[in-house]
Amino acid sequence: MSVRAAPTRREFIVLSCAGLLGFLGIWALASVTGLVPRQFLPPPWSVAAKFVELMREPFSGFTLQQHLLSSFMRFGMGFGLAVLIGVPLGLIMGWFRWIDAIVSPLFDALRFVAPIAWVPFAALWFGTGIGGPVLVIFTGAFPPCLINAHRGARYVDRRLIEAAQTLGARHWHIITEVLLPASVPSIVAGLRVSAGLGWQSLVGAELIVASSGIGYVLVKGQASISTSIVMSGMIAIGIVGFAIDALLRQLEAHLQRRRGRG
Amino acid sequence: MPKRSEPSRLAVGAATLVGVVALWYVLTQATHIIPSVYFATPAEVLQAAKQITIQGYADGRLHEHFLHSCWLVLMGFAVAVTTGVPLGMLMGWSRRAEALINPVFLLLRPIPPLAWIPLAIVWLGLGDAAKILVIWFAAFVPAVINSYAGVRSIEPYLIEAARSLGARRAMLVREVLIPGALPLIFTGLRLSLQACWTTLVAAELLGAIVGLGHALYQAGLDIFPAMIVVGMIGVAIAGALMTMALAWLETRAMPWHTR
Repeated sequence: MSVRAAPTRREFIVLSCAGLLGFLGIWALASVTGLVPRQFLPPPWSVAAKFVELMREPFSGFTLQQHLLSSFMRFGMGFGLAVLIGVPLGLIMGWFRWIDAIVSPLFDALRFVAPIAWVPFAALWFGTGIGGPVLVIFTGAFPPCLINAHRGARYVDRRLIEAAQTLGARHWHIITEVLLPASVPSIVAGLRVSAGLGWQSLVGAELIVASSGIGYVLVKGQASISTSIVMSGMIAIGIVGFAIDALLRQLEAHLQRRRGRG
Repeated sequence: MPKRSEPSRLAVGAATLVGVVALWYVLTQATHIIPSVYFATPAEVLQAAKQITIQGYADGRLHEHFLHSCWLVLMGFAVAVTTGVPLGMLMGWSRRAEALINPVFLLLRPIPPLAWIPLAIVWLGLGDAAKILVIWFAAFVPAVINSYAGVRSIEPYLIEAARSLGARRAMLVREVLIPGALPLIFTGLRLSLQACWTTLVAAELLGAIVGLGHALYQAGLDIFPAMIVVGMIGVAIAGALMTMALAWLETRAMPWHTR
């Protein structure tokens, strides 16, 4: 008997379908039989119907797509800022040790503050429209960008750096021509983590302070005790989060292929 | 470039922190370049810390908020560990269990834990139960994934060897699977713990009776920057203490595993 008795392909597919159907079945049964009141657990088809309805008819001002779009804009700005500041800073810290020595203790001290804990200041400084949520997304997405760029730059083959120095490269050239290309795999891996944390921080920020966006849909649904709206919003959040991750995974695979070819 | 020695790094770090506090003092208290509506002066922060410690703020004193938040995280974390680790190990051990559970897991995984908060509030209200539920969700996913990976990372020959020496199922689990999977399980627990704190703070900001997040929320409402700073420091210290406790537990649980 092998360690992990492998089921046949057919058995695998049957079991996978059984798992999914079982999950949906228990959900539907619990709701239809009244075991859990319908108000708290609507059956899957009601949630699906609500999802479609939210896409067609505006809820608290906008349709679901418009809410998602406004969330995505905020996410793009916060994530973009985190990448634009985090990656160069990480590379610079990887090259100039004295900057590393100054920034690292500050960064380590701030990192223990959960990104969501910035929400009160974010609202106070930048308001609840775009600025506040963007700051929260930024604080969520920034650390992995910085850490991975830093780590990537620190583990560059010393011979490459020495070769560049022999050829007369200045600090700036070493960072852009040696450290950056060599750190790309590490940076892209960081981007995936960063995007996930950023998207999650966006949801948190919108739950607490925003007046539009997908998180706001959840809060409004919760306030009107409409479980199907809350669940539709969660599904939409899941789909967008999944899409962002899939996109970055594609980028990662693409870069690896290109590097593989040299 | 010679590697800088550790004491010198420490000195630079300490100097930096002192410098930042000095800069903070100059910008706020001494010159008022940053108005006190936007950020507190060091003296105000000390005053706020004293107020919340002695008189209390947002329906509780500092230690009550602090302990309540820590207690909730511990509860949610404990439930997640006791459910997630066995489930992950089961999925790692049996391909059939993996085939059965994995699709549901993949379906639920992209939904960030924070997005469960409104649903938890609809279901369970603003009390502790809702918070433990969302903390459980937050910690569950990393616990499952890493326990799964942990079991899969065990060399098959170790299992074969234990079997050929006559180890029964219970013994195999206790002597081979758990120790073999522990390093990755602990990696998962560290991630879980971070997710727990973020989720708890968000849940408490959204609605709570006591807790650090609730104090933060109240401070935000009152536009009380000094108290916001105190709340953030409280969150950071609580998170750091728990991370340290977990690291200590890790060295105790795996004395053979030196890093």
